[in-house]
Amino acid sequence: MAKTKNPKVFAYRRENGRVGIRNHVIILPLDDLSNAACEKVAFNVKGCKAIPHAYGRLQFGKDLELFFRTIIGTGSNPNVAAVVVIGIEPEWTQRVVDGIAKTGKPVAGFSIERHGEFKTVEMASWKAKEYVHWASELRREPVDLKDIWVSVKCGESDTTSGLASNPTVGNALEKLVAMGGTCSFGETSEITGAEMVCKERAINAKVGEQFMAVFNAYQKMIEANKTDDLSGSQPTKGNIRGGLTTIEEKAFGNLQKIGKKIRYVGVLDKAESPTKPGLWYMDTSSAAAEAVTLWAAAGFVAHFFPTGQGNIIGNPIEPVIKLTANPLTAKTMAEHIDYDCSAILRGEMTLDESGDNLIEMLIRTCNGRLTAQEVLGHEEFVLTKLYESA
Amino acid sequence: MIHFLVHEEADNVGVATVDIKAGETATGLYMDSQKKIKVKAQQDIPLGHKIALAKLKVNDSVIKYGHDIGRVVADIKVGEHVHIHNLKTRRW
Repeated sequence: MAKTKNPKVFAYRRENGRVGIRNHVIILPLDDLSNAACEKVAFNVKGCKAIPHAYGRLQFGKDLELFFRTIIGTGSNPNVAAVVVIGIEPEWTQRVVDGIAKTGKPVAGFSIERHGEFKTVEMASWKAKEYVHWASELRREPVDLKDIWVSVKCGESDTTSGLASNPTVGNALEKLVAMGGTCSFGETSEITGAEMVCKERAINAKVGEQFMAVFNAYQKMIEANKTDDLSGSQPTKGNIRGGLTTIEEKAFGNLQKIGKKIRYVGVLDKAESPTKPGLWYMDTSSAAAEAVTLWAAAGFVAHFFPTGQGNIIGNPIEPVIKLTANPLTAKTMAEHIDYDCSAILRGEMTLDESGDNLIEMLIRTCNGRLTAQEVLGHEEFVLTKLYESA
Repeated sequence: MIHFLVHEEADNVGVATVDIKAGETATGLYMDSQKKIKVKAQQDIPLGHKIALAKLKVNDSVIKYGHDIGRVVADIKVGEHVHIHNLKTRRW
């Protein structure tokens, strides 16, 4: 990467100008009831995929807003060429269709009431077939790497994460942001212990205060719902066995993912899209599948996932590039790992070289290389729910 | 051969990347400057665990990633194992 200042990748330029690195036709259920119809369409029509989920009924208030933002955002993601939406009733189905249609991409909705599932599946299959033929003739074109939006989150961390795989991600982000890229990190709960440093990494005091407001709200939520003293579980017994001693140490390890110098330019709500280039903080849970689903819905098209002990998460539309510095994980879980950076631990590779290698893997992924998670079919699509349905 | 890594020059602990044996002279590498450092291990330091690079007194800060990661609760000599027996969070 260091070889060129502004690398090009081959990607799909969508109707709204955004750039995608995959060309999915998705069959998107409005609600849990419509999962079966979506899966039947995806069985009938090869080259499209159903994205089943558990919600969409009787949600209300902020939880309902987040639901629509996530579902519409998923359909709007530039890795998606076209969308067939299926819902139990026409009104909310149309709301999703209208939301996705704002991108200019092909989208059509079908509802099951007054048709039954057979008829709905038949109509939706015809539309899906039309979309797959159309999408299969779209061609990749050269675009700037900076137009690829990248999200980052780690999982199953150990000391090797803080030593090498997280700093590798941080080094790559420094380079992507310097090119004019758009990137995002989050994991509000796992910044505990380093929140003052995270606050200082904001571009100005106002953005820093926005971060603290989100952080404090999350702490309150944990305080209100916890059943025991978290001091006994953070760091975890496994963390301690691995050599992590304090929550601060764990949190600073986590923050290595944003490099040493980048200032984040803003704070995003869950599944909210950035409005300009730069690094963005998103208020997410630290649960991998939930967090990546939120970034995909915000329009991010590739994800860096450093892991220590070996988290195997994937996403149906946003390719997850997995890296580890733990030689044991790289060996025993090789099928899940896209990039092994354990050479850093042996002193055989610098962070700068490792950051370049990760960007090289990003470029290859953009150009079409399937990630380990894609090949293994890991498609964890998990909606974040704020509270019970009515 | 590298036995431990140090995140930044400001840090007063390194992290073992192999199992280090007591009495062994361990070689460390600063990840920012790529400079090397040698420390005689006073105790066994398992892979992933911290080794002291400076003499630390009770209430001193242990610095890792260039930041305070907690409070020293028992005096620590150069080359000793730094973990839950001599380092506590300032949080709880």
